[in-house]
Amino acid sequence: MMTINNKAAEREEIEALLPWHAAGTLSRREALKVEQALANDADLARQYATVQEDLVETIGLNESLGAPSARAMQKLMADIEADSSTVRRTASSFSFGGWLSDKLSSFSPRTLAWSATAAALAVVLQAGLLAGMFVSERQGKLYDTASFQGDQIAPGAGTYAMISFAPQATAGEITKLLETYKLALVEGPNGGVYKIRLAVTSLPKEEVAKVLKRLQDESSVRFVGPTAAE
Amino acid sequence: MQTTSDEALIGRIAAGDKLAMQVLFARHHVRVYRFVLRLVGDPSRAEDLISDVFLDVWRQADRFEARSQVSTWLLAIARYKALSALRKRPDEELDEETAAAIEDPGDDPEVAVQKKDTSVVLRECLTKLSAEHREIIDLVYYHEKSVEEVSKIVGVPENTVKTRMFYARKKLGELLKAAGVERGWP
Repeated sequence: MMTINNKAAEREEIEALLPWHAAGTLSRREALKVEQALANDADLARQYATVQEDLVETIGLNESLGAPSARAMQKLMADIEADSSTVRRTASSFSFGGWLSDKLSSFSPRTLAWSATAAALAVVLQAGLLAGMFVSERQGKLYDTASFQGDQIAPGAGTYAMISFAPQATAGEITKLLETYKLALVEGPNGGVYKIRLAVTSLPKEEVAKVLKRLQDESSVRFVGPTAAE
Repeated sequence: MQTTSDEALIGRIAAGDKLAMQVLFARHHVRVYRFVLRLVGDPSRAEDLISDVFLDVWRQADRFEARSQVSTWLLAIARYKALSALRKRPDEELDEETAAAIEDPGDDPEVAVQKKDTSVVLRECLTKLSAEHREIIDLVYYHEKSVEEVSKIVGVPENTVKTRMFYARKKLGELLKAAGVERGWP
């Protein structure tokens, strides 16, 4: 009697999982259990066929609903501009990512905002593409991190290095790297290589080597090395 | 080509990156829109609501804890917004919508059988389900959400998710039967 009850409960459990099995969202263990039950229970297999039918038509029905108009994105961006949290974030710190975003918006085709592919591509490219524009636009002023104001430093002072970022590094990762190490972008890109300032003072060679070693281990860095003058 | 993960985009949005916001929107807005549209039944209202959903993401990105997928988080916000919007609607309007969802003047069982197109009848029956049943079927089949994720979106225990899905399927089978399509289950 107990065995019959257990079997019935187990079958009910499998029956309940059929929709997730059809959608492919079960764990491997659960999927295996359902597969085994389907192979040995013709009635369950028939039921599973109806589940698959339901799944196909649900997808078809949802796909037939169309997509929102461009108005949704326009409204969102207008709301973001007007939102108090946006003003607070902009006022509290200079955001390299945000700055890049604005630049990309003005330099890219309008379709950029509507194409996930184009936008994703832009994310990958933006570090290399825009860091150069940033440097040229600021006419020699250094990149400011939250803890460091670049234009307070006398030209030529400090410790410098050359760096190239990994192609897959995102603007966010580069921003984080610059902030973590308190680095300043000084020149570039020249063949994909930037000159960065490691410190506002002249660091001992051993200290420089340590910092460069740590930087080289970062996933967003392709290579880093001392400048010719070091 | 490697694309930025949703989680990384949320991190950038938290830092005030508007481009990341646009990328996330481009990636998810159609599915979120369809989910909301199936709940509220009004395209214009659904469009307004998805803007609100993503504005919430902009505001709360720094609070996202990555305990669930970003898409699950989006659908949970969308559901909350849609249900709040429906609650604000006058009662008579709600009644009209419910009636519209139940009535199907053109398709009595005979007509449906004449069509001899199970696919068409099945889609019609899917639209006749209650909002609760429609929602769970959409989440499982179209949005590909696991039991655990549906539980997070809808805010009910996992066992309730399974039971609700079972009864949604059962109801769908009954509607099909009434429309002249016999599938042998339930």
